[in-house]
Amino acid sequence: MREIVVLSGKGGTGKTSVTAALAVCAAKSDLPGGPPVLADCDVDAADLHLVLAPAIRERHEFMGGDKAVIDAEVCQSCGLCREACRFGAIDEAFRVNEASCEGCGVCAYVCPAGAATLGPRVSGDWFVSETRAGIMVHAALRMGEENSGKLVSTVKKAARAEAQRLGRDILLVDGSPGIGCPVIASLGGASTVLMVAEPTLSAVHDIKRVHALARHFGIPCAAILNKADVCPELTRELAGFCGESGITVLGELPFDPAFVAAQLAGQSVAENAPERYERLFSDIWRRLAAS
Amino acid sequence: MKIAIASGKGGTGKTTVAVNLAVLLADSGREVAFADCDVEEPNAHVFLTPVWETEEQAFMPIPRFVQERCLGESCRACLDLCRFKALIRMAGEIMLFPELCHGCGLCKLACPAGAVADDVRELGVVRSGVSGGIRMAGGLSRVGEAMSTPLIKAVKQNVHTAPLQIWDCPPGTACPVIAAVSGADYVVLVAEPTAFGLHDLNLAVELVRALGLPHGVVINRDGMGDDRVLSYLEREGIELLGRIPGSLEAARASARGGLLARTFPEIRAVLETVLATVQDRIRASAGQKEASCVR
Repeated sequence: MREIVVLSGKGGTGKTSVTAALAVCAAKSDLPGGPPVLADCDVDAADLHLVLAPAIRERHEFMGGDKAVIDAEVCQSCGLCREACRFGAIDEAFRVNEASCEGCGVCAYVCPAGAATLGPRVSGDWFVSETRAGIMVHAALRMGEENSGKLVSTVKKAARAEAQRLGRDILLVDGSPGIGCPVIASLGGASTVLMVAEPTLSAVHDIKRVHALARHFGIPCAAILNKADVCPELTRELAGFCGESGITVLGELPFDPAFVAAQLAGQSVAENAPERYERLFSDIWRRLAAS
Repeated sequence: MKIAIASGKGGTGKTTVAVNLAVLLADSGREVAFADCDVEEPNAHVFLTPVWETEEQAFMPIPRFVQERCLGESCRACLDLCRFKALIRMAGEIMLFPELCHGCGLCKLACPAGAVADDVRELGVVRSGVSGGIRMAGGLSRVGEAMSTPLIKAVKQNVHTAPLQIWDCPPGTACPVIAAVSGADYVVLVAEPTAFGLHDLNLAVELVRALGLPHGVVINRDGMGDDRVLSYLEREGIELLGRIPGSLEAARASARGGLLARTFPEIRAVLETVLATVQDRIRASAGQKEASCVR
């Protein structure tokens, strides 16, 4: 099975818009392997569902890391836990600040009274859904929860299982921004990274970091240059960087209000402005699927 | 005054708002410190072009196992207690997967034989410098490093005594953002007037509410979408701090690293209002706190 992961380094470069357009075109294509199974791995701020309007078929709770709880009745205020906690998660009144607690268990280990214990927490939910572009696995991390990397891995694992069940060959993954924990989890098992880059100094900087990360894991990269006409000289710089770095440029997209219009209408741009974009994204998908 | 600039998602103009607010403060002769808390993909330096004066590696503690002291298979205390699956026994030795280790120190506490010593792993670098009248601190996480929270804390540590601070936060609502916004006096949330924008703003609002931080919203690229964000703010009783008009000229200037407050008077006016409102809100809540102390 092949896994194509869409990344951008920076948010707002059009990652989700590109993923949605590719997904919709791929669902119609008659390529060997059939349409892909979709996975939205931007679990922090998933947006793909806003375009693809999933009908949820399965819902699962995601158990993230454990968190400490200190029983005030049992606590003797000896202070050992606060002293041993390296994350500053226990306050003056011996309450656990859940946002800082890493669930490591040091407090439970050092507490002489047995007042500190660790308990599992529901950190989010993940879903298997039907969309007009096929099966999609997606998730929502609950507020301020950590372990987004683990949730990304859960989503990918479920998406692979769906692909296997349906006999599909390709997984199309909408990745998360940055180059940290969730992105590293998105990259596990990836065959191709599709970078969506826009011609701004910030995005040029970020895409180089994403490329370094992909290279670190030995994953080949392709790119789509979005909003290419906003700054032609930076687009040339981006294209130059891609050329030197062995990144295949699969296409350029213009700055076009049609992208926002499509989003507001709950459609992909390939559906909302098919005369301009259906062929273009189908061609990109064909090259991507064949790469 | 610590003003954090955040958004549920990247690409909304967070960094643009942050750097331009800092520039307005500096232009008015105020001493301002800027912390770029997005250590995965920092961008503020693209606009503020600081001269970095210091660059130090940042580390986090990890254990080192002294094999000759280890009690071997009869003990397993560290292996059994580690909740991050960072330890395995291979060929009779305890081995650490450094990237999985959270540095909690439990293995060291638990080892009855004193076989666990201290070591460190590099998280990235923390740098500081100046950009005109703005003191800057920022970080750059090591490529392949999954943990950014300790590095963000190190960046904030770098500006912690400055009286007036602007913090540019990373996107999302997970641990890095919490580390970045924690301790702020006010959080400015930047949102786009679109479907994605509203969805992501909603997440960011839930987060700052959960953390109990005062907040308001700046709409960026106003005019490019519709009024769904405006109606949301009204419905939820969230203060609208300002609307930055969207234009291709502004997008182009920003793409090249331009400072909008210096070239677009109408954007400067919006940001000046935002700044005045935020400062008022912070002063008012500081006054309230004092009053409640007296009582």
